[in-house]
Amino acid sequence: MSSTTTTARAAASVGNFTDERVGASKGVKFLARKIFPDHWSFMLGEVALYSFIILLLSGTFLTFFYVPSVGETTYNGVYAPLAGTRVSEAFASTVRLSFDVRGGLLMRQIHHWAALVFVAAIIVHMFRVFFTGAFRKPRELNWVIGSVLALLSLFEGFLGYSLPDDLLSGNGLRIAYGIIESIPVVGSYIAFFLFGGEFPGTAFIPRIYTIHVLLLPAIFLALIGAHLVLLVVQKHTQYPGPGRTNQNVVGYPLYPVYMAKAGGFFFIVFGVICLMSAFLQINPVWAFGSYDPSPVSADAQPDWYMGFMDGAVRLMPGFFEFTLFDHTFSFNIFLPAAILPGILTTVLVAYPWIEAKATGDRREHHLLDRPRNVPTRTGIGVMAITFYLLLLLSGGNDVIATHFNLSINDITNSLRLLVFVLPPLTFVVTKRICLGLQHKDRERVLHGEETGVIVRTETGEFFEVHRDLDPRVRWTLVQHDAQRPLELPPAEDENGVRRPGRFGDRVAYRLSRFFFEDRVEPVTPAELEAAHHEHAEPQALPASDDATTDRTPIAGA
Amino acid sequence: MSDGTGTDEMSTSDHPTQQVATVEHDGDAAERFENPGLPEHRSRMADVDPKAARRAERQVAALFGLSVVGTIGTMVAYFAVKFEGISGSNAYLQRVQLSNILLGSGLFLALFCIGIGAVHWAKTLMPDEERIELRHPMRSSDEDRAAAVEILQEGAAESGLGRRPLLRNSLITALALVPLPAVALLRDTGPMPGRALETAPWKAGDKLVRDAGGGPIKAADVQIGTVIHVMPDGLQETGAKLEERAKAAVLVIRLNPDDLGDAAKAGAYDGIVAYSKICTHLGCPVALYEQQTHHLLCPCHQSTFDVTKNCEVVFGPAKRPLPQLAITVDDEGYLVAKNGFKEPIGPSYWERG
Repeated sequence: MSSTTTTARAAASVGNFTDERVGASKGVKFLARKIFPDHWSFMLGEVALYSFIILLLSGTFLTFFYVPSVGETTYNGVYAPLAGTRVSEAFASTVRLSFDVRGGLLMRQIHHWAALVFVAAIIVHMFRVFFTGAFRKPRELNWVIGSVLALLSLFEGFLGYSLPDDLLSGNGLRIAYGIIESIPVVGSYIAFFLFGGEFPGTAFIPRIYTIHVLLLPAIFLALIGAHLVLLVVQKHTQYPGPGRTNQNVVGYPLYPVYMAKAGGFFFIVFGVICLMSAFLQINPVWAFGSYDPSPVSADAQPDWYMGFMDGAVRLMPGFFEFTLFDHTFSFNIFLPAAILPGILTTVLVAYPWIEAKATGDRREHHLLDRPRNVPTRTGIGVMAITFYLLLLLSGGNDVIATHFNLSINDITNSLRLLVFVLPPLTFVVTKRICLGLQHKDRERVLHGEETGVIVRTETGEFFEVHRDLDPRVRWTLVQHDAQRPLELPPAEDENGVRRPGRFGDRVAYRLSRFFFEDRVEPVTPAELEAAHHEHAEPQALPASDDATTDRTPIAGA
Repeated sequence: MSDGTGTDEMSTSDHPTQQVATVEHDGDAAERFENPGLPEHRSRMADVDPKAARRAERQVAALFGLSVVGTIGTMVAYFAVKFEGISGSNAYLQRVQLSNILLGSGLFLALFCIGIGAVHWAKTLMPDEERIELRHPMRSSDEDRAAAVEILQEGAAESGLGRRPLLRNSLITALALVPLPAVALLRDTGPMPGRALETAPWKAGDKLVRDAGGGPIKAADVQIGTVIHVMPDGLQETGAKLEERAKAAVLVIRLNPDDLGDAAKAGAYDGIVAYSKICTHLGCPVALYEQQTHHLLCPCHQSTFDVTKNCEVVFGPAKRPLPQLAITVDDEGYLVAKNGFKEPIGPSYWERG
């Protein structure tokens, strides 16, 4: 067909052009057939990436209409309840772009929903990476980059939320100003420099705007770029399974399979966010009115991702503030709003190295852990989630109180207790559940699967026939390492000389004990053999799968 | 497809030291199970049945077609649902809502159908045999590492960095100092705090007027149990500077004089008390008043202040009581401030003392 040849000729000409200028063929060779493994949980990061693109697109549209100024103006638009009131330009332009620009309201809601999805996807993605151990060597750097992205996304979200200059966002900024004021020694100076004087002033909207639409997005782009380059260079991790090893990656090629799947998924995410924005109203600023420091607003809630910090601030009793040497130490604010997030971030970023200290493991890891096989880490993760959710709940203590008709004091006091009690409890319970699941895995491997066939022997004995697991099913249950606690080397060498680095060793040893003292090791072939002998009488049937013989062996295994 | 080749390449891998983790750990391969290899590929309907493949093709095409419908629908909604010529605010808002729903649904259809069409295409018609790509350790080979070290040392020697400490030290000094102007340039982002945080716009004799356009308040008109939101005269209009309003907001409450604590009595007038409305925790307006308990509750973090105890904190994260504004009446019986606030209002800060 002539049309085909025309297309082919056009493609060849474009290909030739790009190759002769930039050597595009090398790039195609390197990238196009790259293999990526398949799993639903790998899509969480994609959701974050696509929400970011949606944020760039919808945000650009919003900047065409939004006026970043707190200059006063009289609202004389179509929304009757606000008619004739004095409002800021920022607020008026937000209402105008919602009501007077066709598609403006949709774009605002797309932007806001995409922001909520963006932060949520990042956090869930981080938990996936955490629970499967994908942060281990060689991916520590990507874990750090991801943590920074997560943190920045909270800031970026808060700044964006502040731009409409409505009553709720103004109160949010008032709180932010108060938190900055609580910083010892330099607090009021920083607050004055950031806001250009006392709260609220007139400088904050244009400043926040520049940071929100220029500075942070540029940093996001750079970090996301680095995140993805590292992903390609290091190749994606994969879940353990038959045929998967630490030296291969099993899956489908980028071109054409993932171009279709991942590219299609972008449209799915975008489509769903459009649907949400069509039907689910979000942040109706016109109902709150322009910011004024005096009016009331009950049920003041920040966007969900700031909820945990707000919750921590709510839980802190006032007596943490004290005055010493004529200076005020506002630890009732500084502790939950600055020190706590600081500690959490530090632990988060440092976690890959903390765990590496406990394992003493310097190898590369490309096979993911099944969370049950690392009970202590899984316990820590669930503990963190519990702590986070309790703080988030605290951020809504007033909503709980009004909805369930409970005393706000009782709720707050209970939560004050629970943030200390519940996380360790969930740690212990999770760890036990993981160990139990590992026992169950062993059980399955050693005794095989029930067949439902009851056999009566000649002597009149009944037993149920068990069948050995298919080796491919079994492999997933036995492939992991049995990580044992590190041994503490003797403090002195054979000549009685004290060994340097003893203290560090002891820390690693303690940590290692904490991580790996309780463990269930995977079944070895010898154990399976022994189990077979034990049950010699009721002869176990061989694996029924007929295709076990001509399996391609995996080298190195 | 690459099942076999992958295995071959793997066994002749350049990095024999990098064994499969599970094996290396226990040292003895016989102690561990052997990796049984990839399961056999199972053909999909579309792989073996040309009819199924054609059906999948039609489904994908139909989805793409549906997307076109969505795109056209979005365009139609944009141009057909006009915002002009509507009388009445409610009718207008309904039009906005209709536009929003139609545009959003149209875009959903247009985008989502491309998405599931592409995914369906990949899942039914593109090859789904798993393929194997080999990994290579991130670490460079020892030769490469040695070569890199050599290059770096050579370059360092060529530059003379090691031999000429004067160059090195002066460069380090220059680089360390050059960001200073960037820091200094931020100085004018705001004034020094000075005593600004200590002052609130109230002075003796200022009339208490209702916030948001209200007039002065006759003491006799204030009922027991009522709360009035108050500003000093001149700041009640919406046009007033927000920094001033943010510090001046005051609540006037009338209690039964017997309910008033002793500390509050000096600044009260006939059971009427005035307190700063700005929370001493983080500065939100404290404005939820419970008549029964005489508690003021901050809506942001639920700090609770007891009006009968001179607004001391009875619960929540705030530490200090709400500052009291001493009031009295003028000749005509209107409430006025006796003095300004005796202490800084609002959240704590280092210099507050």
